[in-house]
Amino acid sequence: MSQASAVVFQILQSVLVVLIAPLVLGWVNQCRAWLQNRSGPGIWQPYRVIKKLFHKDAVLAHNASPLFWATPYILFGCMWLAVGIVPVLATSLPFAPAADVIALVGLFALARVFISLAGMDIGTSFGTLGARREMMIGFLAEPAMLMTLFTASLISHSTSLVTIVDTLGHREFVIYPSMAFAAVAFVMVLLAENARIPIDNPATHLELTMIHEAMILEYSARHLALIEWAASLKLTAYITIGIALFVPWGIAQAGDWSGLLVSLGALVVKLALAGAGLAFLETVSAKMRIFRAPEFLGTAFLFATLGMLVHFLLEA
Amino acid sequence: MPSLPLQSQLINLFAALLLLLAFAMLTQRRILSLIRLFAAQGFVLALSTLVVGYATEQPDLYISAGVTFVLKVVALPWFLHWLIRKLNVQWDIEAMINIPVQMLIGIVLVIFAFNLAAPISEIAGTITRSTLGIAMASILLSFLMMITRRKAVSQVIGFLAMENGLFFAATSATYGMPMVVELGILFDLLVASLIFGVFFLHIRETFESLDIHHLEKLKER
Repeated sequence: MSQASAVVFQILQSVLVVLIAPLVLGWVNQCRAWLQNRSGPGIWQPYRVIKKLFHKDAVLAHNASPLFWATPYILFGCMWLAVGIVPVLATSLPFAPAADVIALVGLFALARVFISLAGMDIGTSFGTLGARREMMIGFLAEPAMLMTLFTASLISHSTSLVTIVDTLGHREFVIYPSMAFAAVAFVMVLLAENARIPIDNPATHLELTMIHEAMILEYSARHLALIEWAASLKLTAYITIGIALFVPWGIAQAGDWSGLLVSLGALVVKLALAGAGLAFLETVSAKMRIFRAPEFLGTAFLFATLGMLVHFLLEA
Repeated sequence: MPSLPLQSQLINLFAALLLLLAFAMLTQRRILSLIRLFAAQGFVLALSTLVVGYATEQPDLYISAGVTFVLKVVALPWFLHWLIRKLNVQWDIEAMINIPVQMLIGIVLVIFAFNLAAPISEIAGTITRSTLGIAMASILLSFLMMITRRKAVSQVIGFLAMENGLFFAATSATYGMPMVVELGILFDLLVASLIFGVFFLHIRETFESLDIHHLEKLKER
């Protein structure tokens, strides 16, 4: 495998994921609409929203600090880097050694810190409220996420996502019961981290219970577009991490041009299924009270812990 | 890691699912979802019995898998549904200890059960030996559920789930109990739940509630 073609793969993956991220969000929303017997805005709606927002003039509050307008760029950068690290199209990409799963969680944490600070920056009560809630969800979701990833790392003896995918996807097929626990925990974390329905309602702009939307109320135009785009990137990043951990089959090696087409096809199918599944989960569950969130995420953490215990019992 | 034959892998997977469901039942607040989880647990149990029967070439396990399916996936959940509709107690479950604490206790129980079963699994020669710890853990978890729930219906579901765990323990330790014993237990279970049902109706008639705390105030007249 030549270095050059690996770099080409890396660029291809990064660009592709950035471009399809709004599509993933649109697909989830469209599926949700179908399940709720609505016709829905169509899967291209997030692109229209982003385009519209980029054409508007940005309005900043008088007391906004540089942190406030820098945050959307940082957020977008963090999420873009995250999807660059996750093996989406191919394994052993040049970016992959830069960060293992722990650093990946750290990257998400960095983005969270900035968006929370920006939420508090203007000093509106909604922003502060959203930021606090975001931090609460974040500090509960992070350990659960880490435990989930550690369960996968225990199997492959490495915290590098590439090694995990190689172990699970490219070797002889083995059922890992511990991954069943990890998968349940991961889905719960995914729902919480991406402001999906049991924890937060992504379709609301005016509710006292909102979390993500409360933080970004003060943003407009290109800043808001970047934040929306970053949010869809985050969702895509989480789904692709889930795909890498639990259904990694079909992914290509970097530089393997013949495997690329298969890998691309597999990715599209998996993303479509994952999006539909997410929409289904969101439709069948009701939003829970904010004070139930610790319980929800505590359950996720304990499931992940159980997964590790089961690993030692059945697979060690 | 030496890879196991597919059948053992499947049994291990079902064992893990059984534990997952037992744990999920512990965290559940609603009786309706509790019954659904119980039915799912019965289904997993029937599947795993089927696989053990296939792996060890014991056709009588097919029968017990069939009976398990009929009783625990169809009959008992249907009966419980009927019962809660009749009693009109579909919604809340009052827990004595709050749920996060219950989950922590649950984890401790799981670790305890795994450690307890480890030396037994070492000397066992069955293909299902490593699942004994899981079976014990799900028994203890159901037991915990029985202790910590206040409402009589969820206690009975705990009791039934405990029997699921016992059944699984029997399958994993000795490839199932003798057919007569098994059928006897299952029949007992059915009768017991019917009696519980009648009992509930009476409890409610007397106290207008299913909270068994009222039973503490029972006095002779």
